[in-house]
Amino acid sequence: MADTVHTTTSSGPKQTGGNLVARFFRATEIDTRLLGMVGALLIIWIGFHFLTGGLFLTPRNLWNLSVQTASVAVMATGMVLVIVTRNIDLSVGSILGFTGMIMGVLQARLLPELLGFNHPAIWIAALAGGLIVGALIGMLHGLIIAFLGVPSFIVTLGGLLVWRGATWFVTSGQTVAPMDANFRLMGGGAEGSIGATWSWIVGVLACLAIVAAIINARHQRKRFAFPRRPVWAEYVLGALGCAIVLGAVWIANEYYWPVNIARRYAQANNIAWPEGGLFISHGIAIPVLIAVAVGIVMTFIATRLRFGRYVFAIGGNPEAAELAGIKTRWVTVKIFMLMGTLCAIAAAISTARLNAATNAQGELDELYTIAAAVIGGTSLAGGMGTIAGAMLGALVMQSLQSGMVLLGIDTPFQRIVVGMVLVIAVWLDTVYRARAK
Amino acid sequence: MTEQATPLVEMKNISISFGGIHAVENASVDLFPGEVVALLGHNGAGKSTLIKVLSGAYRRDEGDILINGEPADIRNPRDAKKFGIETIYQTLAVADNVDAAANLYLGRELQTKWGTLDDVAMEANAREVMGRLNPNFKRFKEPVKALSGGQRQSVAIARAILFDARILIMDEPTAALGPHETAQVGDLIKQLKREGIGIFLISHDIHDVFDLADRVFVMKNGQVVGHARTQDVTKDEVLGMIIMGKVPPGATPGPGAMKVA
Repeated sequence: MADTVHTTTSSGPKQTGGNLVARFFRATEIDTRLLGMVGALLIIWIGFHFLTGGLFLTPRNLWNLSVQTASVAVMATGMVLVIVTRNIDLSVGSILGFTGMIMGVLQARLLPELLGFNHPAIWIAALAGGLIVGALIGMLHGLIIAFLGVPSFIVTLGGLLVWRGATWFVTSGQTVAPMDANFRLMGGGAEGSIGATWSWIVGVLACLAIVAAIINARHQRKRFAFPRRPVWAEYVLGALGCAIVLGAVWIANEYYWPVNIARRYAQANNIAWPEGGLFISHGIAIPVLIAVAVGIVMTFIATRLRFGRYVFAIGGNPEAAELAGIKTRWVTVKIFMLMGTLCAIAAAISTARLNAATNAQGELDELYTIAAAVIGGTSLAGGMGTIAGAMLGALVMQSLQSGMVLLGIDTPFQRIVVGMVLVIAVWLDTVYRARAK
Repeated sequence: MTEQATPLVEMKNISISFGGIHAVENASVDLFPGEVVALLGHNGAGKSTLIKVLSGAYRRDEGDILINGEPADIRNPRDAKKFGIETIYQTLAVADNVDAAANLYLGRELQTKWGTLDDVAMEANAREVMGRLNPNFKRFKEPVKALSGGQRQSVAIARAILFDARILIMDEPTAALGPHETAQVGDLIKQLKREGIGIFLISHDIHDVFDLADRVFVMKNGQVVGHARTQDVTKDEVLGMIIMGKVPPGATPGPGAMKVA
């Protein structure tokens, strides 16, 4: 049994050997693949920073980038689960359009008649309506895929056409605007951000959560006397996590309200206009908070719940999962329901940001979402993928897009670049995985 | 062997047909605790079909299944599991992309009081069970994909043991394995025998199973040719049963035995 003797990378803290860097990664158990993506992202950012003459790495651009990424990032978290189970969802952009239109019509036309204009309950009712519609559409797709045996590619390709058509049908192609004032907060902007104080509070809470999670994990492994990370590695991880969170908060707080908005705010609140101008921090944008919250919840679902375990088991070996007594069909239905719901959340963000529901909303988003998940390490062969990776993937895509806009590159050429990057990223990933084996 | 004791499993006069073709006809087999019974026959002889009736994958048309002497109503794999019947498939039915502990508990995960997965407890139990079966197994944190075929097979077997299987069905358990790993699975089977588990080994290759089995049942054309204790017959004689249906003197003939004068 010679082949069983060599120990694992993760359970062998006594292992020496390898250079310092290798030992560092082994001890901290940092996913080198994810780290590679962060590296690529930094290269893209720094590259654009120089090419644009210092326009890219500014609080303003980074803040905008975070808001622009939110909608696709939310959908990408769901796409991971879809692709992990060897399915695909081509309809997310159309579902986004349709649920966005439903929410738009609810808050701009139907609900004001019932409740009155800008009633505080309108945004909740509209959002709830959108979420329910999204979940129902997802359920319908899931049922057809799981119980009628139609491939997900075809079902969602049909969905792509059906729901885009339905979006047109709802208002006969008219754009619905404006959105409810409270609803609009979900789209970001000066109003839709939580300001400096709350941003710091959120940041500190996040740091406490990181520390608590590390302590808890260590405690759990101690309970069963499993191998643990060296203490210094825990400190490094904790410090790194907190530094990233607080750094992001600091950047968000460094982006101040535009002068016009600040002046209007000062007038409305009878604040004297100070000499050097009034500096009010944006802080973290609400859509970004929503996306981060979705990311955390989805990671929890994927890694800590039975459902997530089943999703990955089905992706790894559908027959084994079935034989193990997992109700694979219902898991599929639930995945698509989740995907539909996430599309509705993304729709809320994007309609709120645009302050309108249009019939072209979310067009091509299915491709960006799939690309984000795949760039983020989700394997189309199934069984592999992480939520965090997909969200990073969304950020990479958006960074490219945004950087090219700053450079003044024409739209057709932007698409050419994004398309090529997608192919190259997946090729690099294939190479990486082949070498990792 | 205590021949007088109640058999762990008794399948009596089982018949099943698909579209008018008798896949299994009037077949009877039995299995005692701590015994390894090999079910031999060519591809298509009906051995897998017969055993799938026991594991709940197929429903019999006729016949009875007795577990510990009690009639058992087995309609699906879930029913079979209730009777302590677990099946190890030849295709190494594990989910490649998750770790050993996750595979052991697949479909029956331990949960914390919050309803989340109790990975630590599962890993602790996995380490204990695997320590018993295969003490050299150390790679608990890696996806099963990274393991050798023999190690994966031991994960699949551990999974059955973990849920108190009394009866283990192994369908070509070594078909996908190299010689070294086959020996590993052989050791496992002996270990399970000592724990009083009854094992059905299904194979079309007599060399895989002859040394492990206490008894052999040979099937041909959906019928049982006969059965024998391995100490009473030679490999060649069993081969004769498999190929020609010729029952040697040391064996008990069944309904499928070659009619010779």
